[in-house]
Amino acid sequence: MSDILILNGRVVDPASGLDAERDVLLRDGRVAAVEAPGGLNGAQAKEKIDAAGMVVAPGLIDVHVHLREPGQTYKESIKTGTAAAAAGGFTSVVAMPNTVPVNDSVAGLEWMLDEARGACVKLFAMPAATFGSNGEEITDFHALHRAGAVGFTDDGKPVLETRVMRTALVAAASVGVPISQHAEDTRLTGGCSMNAGPVAFRLGLRGMTIEAEAKIVERDIRLLREIERYEGLRPHLHVQHVSTAKAMELIRAAKNEGLHVTCEVAPHHFSLTDEAIGDYDTNAKMNPPLRAEADRMAVIAALLDGTVDCIATDHAPHARFEKEQEFERAPNGITGLETALGLALRVLHKGHGMKISRVMELMSANPAGIIAAAERGTLAAGSFADVVIFDPAAEWSFEAKRSRSKSKNTPFDGAAMLGRVAATICEGRVVYRGE
Amino acid sequence: MNGWTDGGTMTRVEVKTLEYAAGSLLKVGDLSVEEVSAILAETDRIERLDAAEKARILVGRRIALLFYESSTRTRTSFELAAKSLGATTTLVSDKSSSIEKGESLKDTGLTLRALGAECIILRHASSGAPFLLAKSTGLPVLNAGDGMHEHPSQALLDLRTILTRLGLKTKALDAKTLDGVTVVITGDILHSRVARSNAMLLPKLGARVILCGPAALLPEYALGLGPGVEIERDFDKALKQAQVAMMLRIQRERLAGVEIDLAQYIDRYQLHMERLEKDAPDALVMHPGPMIRGLEIAGEVADGPNSAIEEQVRHGLAVRSALLVRALGAGGFESVTV
Repeated sequence: MSDILILNGRVVDPASGLDAERDVLLRDGRVAAVEAPGGLNGAQAKEKIDAAGMVVAPGLIDVHVHLREPGQTYKESIKTGTAAAAAGGFTSVVAMPNTVPVNDSVAGLEWMLDEARGACVKLFAMPAATFGSNGEEITDFHALHRAGAVGFTDDGKPVLETRVMRTALVAAASVGVPISQHAEDTRLTGGCSMNAGPVAFRLGLRGMTIEAEAKIVERDIRLLREIERYEGLRPHLHVQHVSTAKAMELIRAAKNEGLHVTCEVAPHHFSLTDEAIGDYDTNAKMNPPLRAEADRMAVIAALLDGTVDCIATDHAPHARFEKEQEFERAPNGITGLETALGLALRVLHKGHGMKISRVMELMSANPAGIIAAAERGTLAAGSFADVVIFDPAAEWSFEAKRSRSKSKNTPFDGAAMLGRVAATICEGRVVYRGE
Repeated sequence: MNGWTDGGTMTRVEVKTLEYAAGSLLKVGDLSVEEVSAILAETDRIERLDAAEKARILVGRRIALLFYESSTRTRTSFELAAKSLGATTTLVSDKSSSIEKGESLKDTGLTLRALGAECIILRHASSGAPFLLAKSTGLPVLNAGDGMHEHPSQALLDLRTILTRLGLKTKALDAKTLDGVTVVITGDILHSRVARSNAMLLPKLGARVILCGPAALLPEYALGLGPGVEIERDFDKALKQAQVAMMLRIQRERLAGVEIDLAQYIDRYQLHMERLEKDAPDALVMHPGPMIRGLEIAGEVADGPNSAIEEQVRHGLAVRSALLVRALGAGGFESVTV
């Protein structure tokens, strides 16, 4: 393993409370030293990176990606999806289980995490909370946890049955990992393809109400309270891609109450509103859908005030032919790994004054905490040498055709980004170098 | 691209917008008042021609009718319009084609294009389908009704009916042509593409549009259709202000679980003779069809002197002729850029 010396950069490592010029030495896949400028002058390294003007931060961690392998490798593979992750500054990603077949067994999980899949960044996985993600019978949490599961989810759909969700929360608490919930009461959203509201009315599309999201969040929080009170366990609920003011308010209240709730927000939900659908652009179709401006602003407020724990992309690649369908028929989801940082810096940092250290916290330290990824999400000496180096002032336009992902389904083709990744280093290996 | 916002300001980022072939008519929002005026002027011109002159306009041109939903008026009038202009037509419907075998809309469109279609008229159950077809084929596409979205040619023929019957037909239309005219559209607004197209077209010419119906069929969101649109749930109150009363059928096939008490509905919203005479004895009565006599409208009103329902159908033939000429760039549209 070759050593890398990163010189003259601005090290932003919220986990260490650090935001200052530092030199960083990576050795044997670990952070060997972080010293004031010049402090590592005597150090030998095979490669030196001049990071003057750049931010040097812990590699980004995405707790919510769809890599489509096994079963749908025409959309994406673990190799291409993680290549896109590296290009976006991510050094760890968490694969969702809605593959074909669903990742609900130890054998499936081991296959997915096997080196032979060719992941170029650290690959974690959340297996299905229930067999086949059918919402009926929970999977073997203990065995899956031993095999590397960092949480459980039926993502793409909710665990709808209260009794099953309760069982899942209890079982997850006993192994110490979160249940990551796609909060949507699907009994209220049948036939719906976008946010309910004036835009849906004008387009003649049936809309998903904010209540459909809030109802499940509300129910799950109630379950946390009951389990804490009556079972002496402290379950961890992670609410995925929160998109409405109402659900955010419920999460804020639950946190104030002291319950163990974390949540994520997707870049598209703080960047776009349902107006982005325009004339039925299926690349602006995802679930939860783009919402109204008031919800977008509530999501941003929650990112700023600390209610939101992390930014997660919900990277959901789909082939062109699948998106080239009638809006109601086209699948949900957009790619997001290569646009997350550029959008966060542009919308949250530049647009809303969020400090870069908070952006990094939302994209590295906090997601590391949610999945309990030890020695990641920080540049403290001894941690994994997972590093992103980016120019925080670089303005550029994202071009979908240059994406590393196999799929190009993004509403951000041609959109302006702020902050460009110069290099991504995972466990001491340079996995991406900017052009 | 709309909707992209930067921070608290609504700065929009320039992202390439999709372009559709000139002559397409996908939604009324794409039509300027000048274009509406030009379409109706062309309608007048074509109507004055004798049959032989008419039949030369699109001679040798090929028009495909692609119908994924049943239709009587729209399909027949587009087809008769095309034939009277001398064009060759072909009808493809979902029940007798490879659509049944799972062929996508895009591939169906490309097939029609490869067979020489120069224009496609599309009726589809899915809102927005005409945009997909126009984008994937590059051909001019006429939206003949898409899901719950729009039915632009219906709004144009309704406009022509209103102008004719109210004696407002002038040489050129402008933003004040329908000043002082209140059009009350009553019934299942939620599922109606006709309501949407009319509510977005008529105010462009100065009309006031009042939407009327129960909350289950008329959500408050409808106010977002644009300026000039209001909601009045009391049918009598609305009708008293109407120069035009447009009635809509309850679309049972799209209700998706919404339950309507029909007896109560009829009591509150049916246009019957007594109500018409009491509230709006001079109002023009319109209905895009299909009508359910005895439900939203009483038979004697539909057949009565205020009714323009059959005229609507005749205007449909004329307006659709002009839209075909416009789509194929064959008429007096040189001055209008799309």
